[in-house]
Amino acid sequence: MTTPLLEVAGLTKRFGGLVAVKNLGFAIAAGEILGLIGPNGSGKSTAMKLIMGIERANAGSVRLAGREIVSWPTHRIARAGIGLVFQHSRPLHRQTVLENIKLALLPDSLFHLAAETSVDARARAIGERVGLGAVLDRHPTTLPFADLRRMELAKAIARDPEVVLVDEPFAGLTMAEVESFSALIRSFREEGKAVLLVDHNVKGVAALVDRVLVLYLGERIAEGKAEAVMRDETVRRVYLGGAIETHARAIAPEKSGVALLKVEDLTVFYGKAQALARVALEVHEREFVSVVGLNGAGKSTLFNAISGLVPYSGGINWQGTALAGKTPAAIARGGIAQCPETRELFGDMSVQENLDLGGQRQPPAERADRLAWLYDLFPILKSRSKQLARTLSGGEQQMLAIARALMMNPRLLILDEPTLGLAPVILEQLSKALERLRETTPITVLLGEQNVTFALPHADRVYVLEHARIIWQGPPDRFAAEAGAGYL
Amino acid sequence: MRIVFALVVLLVMASLPFWVSAYILAVLTVAYYFGVFAMAWDLLFGFAGEVNFGPTFLIGLGAYTAGLLDNHGVPVWLDVIAGALAAVIGGLVLALPALRLRGPYFGLITLVAVLVLQQVIVIFAGVTGGEIGLTINDVLSVDPGHNYWLALVFLMVSGVILYSLSRSAAGLILQACGQDAIEAQALGFNVAKHKLAAFAVSALFSGLAGAMLVFYLGTASVDTVVDISVGVQIIIAAVLGGRRTIVGAAIGAVFLIVAGEILRPLGQLNTFVVSAIALAVILFFPDGLVGYLLRRGERA
Ligand SMILES: Nc1ncnc2c1ncn2[C@@H]1O[C@H](COP(=O)(O)OP(=O)(O)OP(=O)(O)O)[C@@H](O)[C@H]1O
Ligand SMILES: [Mg+2]
Repeated sequence: MTTPLLEVAGLTKRFGGLVAVKNLGFAIAAGEILGLIGPNGSGKSTAMKLIMGIERANAGSVRLAGREIVSWPTHRIARAGIGLVFQHSRPLHRQTVLENIKLALLPDSLFHLAAETSVDARARAIGERVGLGAVLDRHPTTLPFADLRRMELAKAIARDPEVVLVDEPFAGLTMAEVESFSALIRSFREEGKAVLLVDHNVKGVAALVDRVLVLYLGERIAEGKAEAVMRDETVRRVYLGGAIETHARAIAPEKSGVALLKVEDLTVFYGKAQALARVALEVHEREFVSVVGLNGAGKSTLFNAISGLVPYSGGINWQGTALAGKTPAAIARGGIAQCPETRELFGDMSVQENLDLGGQRQPPAERADRLAWLYDLFPILKSRSKQLARTLSGGEQQMLAIARALMMNPRLLILDEPTLGLAPVILEQLSKALERLRETTPITVLLGEQNVTFALPHADRVYVLEHARIIWQGPPDRFAAEAGAGYL
Repeated sequence: MRIVFALVVLLVMASLPFWVSAYILAVLTVAYYFGVFAMAWDLLFGFAGEVNFGPTFLIGLGAYTAGLLDNHGVPVWLDVIAGALAAVIGGLVLALPALRLRGPYFGLITLVAVLVLQQVIVIFAGVTGGEIGLTINDVLSVDPGHNYWLALVFLMVSGVILYSLSRSAAGLILQACGQDAIEAQALGFNVAKHKLAAFAVSALFSGLAGAMLVFYLGTASVDTVVDISVGVQIIIAAVLGGRRTIVGAAIGAVFLIVAGEILRPLGQLNTFVVSAIALAVILFFPDGLVGYLLRRGERA
């Protein structure tokens, strides 16, 4: 083996009393991909930020091709040859996609007034390579989720670093998209870059990496070839968990005469683009309904229309009365709680305060019970209860968003891509929690997912949304045969 | 089309001394200097993302440095250069520590800087003229037409430089630093360096314009170049015209000064009416006048 390009030793980071990364060490050679996996909040993103100099290490060393860089400022580390693809996309919203990519090609100079024409050509070429050719002149806010992630990869490619740190590139992507992203990351290896890859898509990671390192509570608990690590007993227990079981109900919920939620002829336009076309859908009391659809199919638009956040034509009826014209607040008071894909947490409030806000309208005794139940469900939230929501790990934020929606004790709970960024073991827990909710409370759930392994087991009925239209509906056991292509 | 329109406007502006009164020229001359103040402010806010509540700190430094040197017999052109330099140095001394702070603290520091400068001027009244102001004997020119042209050329040159800067590669980096400093650093940009440079450029133009303005007015006083309310007016002008457009800031400033002048007969009410108009525009066109027009142009 050649001398490693990136060498990390004794890396430690404390946030107050919490040790997020503890005495971490590893090395990555040129042309090697190291996978970094571990439960939510185990310190993966923090480790990457420490290498990049965005967070300052309390102890330890980071060497790039033998040079100590741990105390360097971020921009210098970046210039020295390390690039980071952030867990959350960070586009410049006022610039076009092309400008965003161009930026990554510019030198750090005050006097660089005119970018050479070659910059423009190279930015275009990189955009084409990652599959953004058709949207180069659009603004990032108008892009679907996967394209935003593509743009982040494009920026990393443009920077052309020797060491690439990629944080959850696959989160929220469809299988086909994961494939094309994997190909891009593989090409990093062929170009002789050292890659550190974090993701909760265990299959995707295993197929790509040369070695895996598992973190738990900031510490390494296993390292080695992917297959061996995945068989490790501790890794299974703290991270992988078991498979998600199908929770078919013995008795289907009774369908009363009036649907709890009835959507008819729902059409939404964003400017000229049609996001939903004559969508019809029904949810009955106590039902679990899944809306399955790829990125950009219109799931979030559907949920936002129900919550009164986007203008639409057509009808949305809640217990027989039209919701059109009601404010989002009134709709929420009526008993519909949405856990949006974008999470919408109050970043500068603590975990506890976010939850209290959710439970504001509940009687105190019930509120305390719910809180205890939710802390039991997501123990890590309990241990972080005083922490600002903004500083939570990606998965912890997702758990908080779900917990806050549950605090509202809604009659209809809308979950938009709840699996985004969650570790497998948490998915299993969430799945069990949904089942328990279903058995013990009169709650009704509308679930939007493209991860069918999570969407199907819980559903009484499934709708498939494709290109703004509902193209299939039926029971989950017929899904695989009739509509599964592209999802399974 | 746009170019033709701009050329016609420019020709009309340049020809004004031949057919309008000295009074109108005087108002516009002051308005043009304000236009430069507002553009310099927009570079900092619109591009570097830093709200500078104290543009008059920079302007005042330029104005008083130039005025004081002139009173000591230094030639006018040197006073103006010294004024600009003083603004840059003072600006850097202020920004160097202030830019380290996050969030609204930068704005607060710039605000405090204005108050401090105001106090210093009052305390050292013997040198600075205190509340009454500093009388300046030299002038840029005695001819109102020449003064007007000088201000116009200065406005145009500043506008072209600041606008080009904002559209340049360095301007793109600056916007990145303003929008997402962590991302900009991870892309390899020294955010502090770029923001400081923006601050220096903003200070340079503010100081230059401040120095030239006092020679035109014949006096430097707290009320005209340092007071917080002057700074507020500059900020309103930039927002009114359209943030992040540079050109809009200049248009907003001219609009504000001219409107204030037209409504002067209203007396006390004047400020009220102008503020109300500004507020209405900001409420209904949050992107400002130029921002609104640009957006409509994009859609059409
Ligand atoms: N600024 C901070 N202040 C306090 N705690 C923090 C801060 N940043 C991170 N943490 C905590 O450190 C722990 C590690 O966070 P990190 O983001 O590295 O987790 P992660 O492994 O990337 O998790 P995920 O898979 O959910 O993204 C988390 O529990 C998080 O709450
Ligand atoms: Mg993370």
